[in-house]
Parts: sequence; structure tokens; C-alpha cells
Amino acid sequence: MNWSWAYFFEYLVNDLMIRGAWTTIWLSVVSMVLGLGLGVVAAMFKMYGNAVLRVIAEFYIWLFRGTPVLIQLVIIYTGLPQIGIRLTVIESAIIGLALNEGAYLAEIIRAGIMSVDRGQNDAARAVGMSWRERMWLIILPQATRTIIPPLGNQFNGMLKTTSLASVISMEELMRNAQMLAQIEFRVLEVYLVAATWYLILVTIWGLIQQRIEAHYEKPFGPAAAVSPDAKKQIEKAMGAGHV
Amino acid sequence: MNADTADTSVASEPAKTLGEPIIVIEDVRKSFAGLEVLKGVSLTVRQSEVVVLAGRSGSGKSTLLRCIDQLEPIDSGTIRVGGELMGFREKDGKRTPLPDHLVARQMRQLGMVFQNFNLFPHLTVIDNITVSPIKVLKRKREEARAEARALLARVGLPEKENAYPRQLSGGQQQRVAIARALAMKPKVMLFDEPTSALDPEMIAEVLDVMVDLSRQGMTMIVVTHEMGFARAAADRVLLMHEGVLVEEATPEEFFTNPQSAEARVFLSKILRH
Ligand SMILES: Nc1ncnc2c1ncn2[C@@H]1O[C@H](COP(=O)(O)OP(=O)(O)OP(=O)(O)O)[C@@H](O)[C@H]1O
Ligand SMILES: [Mg+2]
Repeated sequence: MNWSWAYFFEYLVNDLMIRGAWTTIWLSVVSMVLGLGLGVVAAMFKMYGNAVLRVIAEFYIWLFRGTPVLIQLVIIYTGLPQIGIRLTVIESAIIGLALNEGAYLAEIIRAGIMSVDRGQNDAARAVGMSWRERMWLIILPQATRTIIPPLGNQFNGMLKTTSLASVISMEELMRNAQMLAQIEFRVLEVYLVAATWYLILVTIWGLIQQRIEAHYEKPFGPAAAVSPDAKKQIEKAMGAGHV
Repeated sequence: MNADTADTSVASEPAKTLGEPIIVIEDVRKSFAGLEVLKGVSLTVRQSEVVVLAGRSGSGKSTLLRCIDQLEPIDSGTIRVGGELMGFREKDGKRTPLPDHLVARQMRQLGMVFQNFNLFPHLTVIDNITVSPIKVLKRKREEARAEARALLARVGLPEKENAYPRQLSGGQQQRVAIARALAMKPKVMLFDEPTSALDPEMIAEVLDVMVDLSRQGMTMIVVTHEMGFARAAADRVLLMHEGVLVEEATPEEFFTNPQSAEARVFLSKILRH
């Protein structure tokens, strides 16, 4: 069986692949948004919580950064029913990916918050803001600027990490490619099409990310770079990234 | 009719009448990690009074201002603003610290201006001024913006409302910071070396705004080494030395006839250059 461009292009716009790509997109977005929520909460617990909350946050981050996403997904979908927790494929995929993402984002968000000058908190208190107001109006919007670039990279990673959900039969790009490969055994064509789809998604995301970053940089001007110290913190927080 | 024509050059300003005590500080102590920075400070500031607080680096001036504004918790003593005990709830002679949101409410009575301006860099000038009135005091947006524009005119920056802080000079940023503090309608304004981070040519524009403010009856505590400002606007000059207020005098007395040895040393140092 030789390489066939005909099959390649046919698969590229195959219904199964397009539906798979769409699933990859929404699964990534939903998991990312939930992960962001978890990450903010975990970062808050770790930075401002009492001893109990801090330990909970530390444990969560340690657990999910310390184990492979693949194992997390398998445990959630196929392991938990043993103790009576039955989740659908979709629920398992979202929960697994979000929990894993949240653990990485917690450290990124924490580094972002720490990069905001202490004087900002003083100034916000001096104009009578409570903790919550300071956080929402002053600290987090400024932390966002440092958080956005690594957050974008995390989302890039997420688009690809969703492929692991194929092992619990989540019908995203990878899983659908596997199914398509079973039909005519055009394995190379099928998986190169899947790879192409990931490249398309990641490239489009890259363009969107540039725009978002530019938007958040605007108040600070072109000359104002994120301090090298904050950058180091964030690189440390990102560690080995996904998987 | 012409009894006082002889000294019009001196009596250019009517004598100011000071009101009731508005800040009453008694025996305040504060330590950082075992280092006692305030060693029992007592001070009463009256309505419309302008107090200049001087003293050499590390003597505790900033710490005192930050304690008054509740940016730092005190270890002992009392600070009252308008009769209200700051930072604590008192019940049966026992004190418990107030929760964050109640401290935040108390802090609205005081405006603070920092050495490094600390404007919010992600907000435009007008948003810097209105963010707290709108979000904290729940003022109507348009009302708050109109007031902010009036304040910007007052500090001489009517055209900068849509600029971001980074687009302004240091002197302009500090004037915005003053407007931001005034927008909360504080009873007292605290200034911590408001001009010491500025290039020399910008110092005057900030001091002018402050002198103006004092003429309009604002109560002010100003940490500064600008003795010109002290002469022009202060009712009293205090000297802090190693966590204690060692000298208290009118500007006239302070500069011509200082009582304490510390004040004489201090003056000899600042007047030398
Ligand atoms: N947050 C802090 N933690 C530890 N030590 C502090 C803290 N803030 C101030 N200090 C110490 O307290 C002392 C008094 O500091 P403070 O800033 O009040 O002095 P200052 O009179 O304002 O001096 P300067 O003219 O340099 O601003 C200094 O020794 C300083 O190192
Ligand atoms: Mg100081």
C-alpha cells in the first residue's frame, strides 16, 4: 500500500475528522476554563488560606502534577466505578483534564500574583478597598498580564493533551482517527491528517494568543517588559508542562 | 483703618483657625521582627492643621504614617480618627482586631500619597481616580467621573484623563495620585515623601498642589524634607528620632531656635545643601 494523496485529502475533510476536531476544541476550552477556576482557587488557598486550606492546595498540586494525565483519566473513568462513582466518558474527560490543568495553572497564577508590586496592594487598601476588591480590581488584572503568555502556552498544550482522552473512548480527533484507520487501514494518511488538524488548531490559537497578549500589554506600553524575576518564577511554575 | 498697613508684606495670609482634634495618637508602639521602630509616639492633629514630619532615614516616619493609615498593624497604643478607634473593636476594655472589610471602611477617612505614586498601571488616569468611588462607595459612574474631572483640573491635569500612568511624568503621576486620594473625600491626607522620587524640576508642581490643598483647609500630615513647604504651609513641624518625637515647634521656631540637640543636628545637615 503506497502513500496516497487522494486518501489524505479525503480524510482531511472527512466528517469523522471534522467532528473530532470540533470535540477537541470544545473539550480543550471547557477543561481550560474549569482548570482556570480550580487554579485560581488553589492559588488563593495556597497564598492566603489558613493552614488547612494551604495543605489541601499543596496536596492537590502535588498529586496532579506528580502523576501522568493518562493514569488520572483511566482512574477516573474505569477505576472510580469500583467505589460507586460512575461518570460518563465526557464527564471523566472534562474532570480529568480540568483537575490536571488546574494544578499547573495554580502555580502560574501564584507566580503572576507575586509579580505584582507590593505598593499596589498598599495603594488599593489606602483607597478603602477590601481584600476581595483589591484582588478583583487591582491585583488579578495586573497579574493577568504576566499570566496570559504562559496561560496561552498551556492552552496550546491542552489542545494536544486532549488526545489522551481517546483511551477512555472520548471521540475527539485522536479517537476518530483510530476509528477511521480501522476502515481502510490507511494508517499513515489517517494519522497525518490528525496531525495536520492539530497543527491547524494550534496555529489558529497562536494567532488568537498574540492578539490577547497585545490587548493586555496595551496599558504597559511596548517598552515595559515583564520583570525577569517574574519570568523566572513562571518558567519554574510551568515545569515540565503537560503529560 | 490703616493700622496694619506697615506689615502687609508679612501678613499676606489670614491667620488660620484650627478646629477640633481629628487625629489623636497615644503611646503607639510598633516593632518589626524584634526591632522597635516606634517607641511610644503620641500626637494630636487638629482639623485643618498641617503637620510636617521630618527626621532622618530609618527614624520611623513612614512607619508612623502607615500605622495611622492601618497599612501596618500597631503593637500597642491607640490611634483615633474623628473619635473612632482605628483597627480594633473595644469591648469591656478588651481589644480585638477588626476584620479586613471594616478596616477598609475606616481607611476611607484617610487619603495616602506614596513616595512612588503607586498608581494602578492597568487603568487610565480617570479610572485610577474613579475605581474606588464607583466600586467601593457605589457612586454613580457619571457623577464620579465628573468629580474626577474637577479634581484633575484642580491638580492641573485636565487633559490627561485617558492617559495611562506610564505616559505621564513623575510629577504628573504624583498629582494624579493626590487626585485619586481626594476622590474618596478623606478627612485627613497623609503624604509620605511625595516629592523625593521626583526630578527637581517637578517638585514645585506637586508642592504647589499641596500648598493649595492646605489653604483650602485640608488636614495634612506630610513627611518631607522640603523645608520650603514647611515654611509655606506647615502649622507645626515635628522631628522624629529613633522612633520618638523629639521636637515639636512652629516652622519659625523650628528653623530659628530648635530646642533639642537632635533638631540642631538635623538642621545643620539639611541646611548645608
Ligand atoms: N516591613 C518592614 N519590615 C521590617 N523592617 C521594617 C519594615 N518597614 C520598616 N522597617 C524598618 O523600620 C525602620 C524605620 O523605617 P521607616 O521606613 O519608618 O523609616 P523612615 O523614617 O520613613 O525612613 P526613610 O526616610 O528612609 O523613608 C527602618 O529600620 C526599617 O528598616
Ligand atoms: Mg520613609
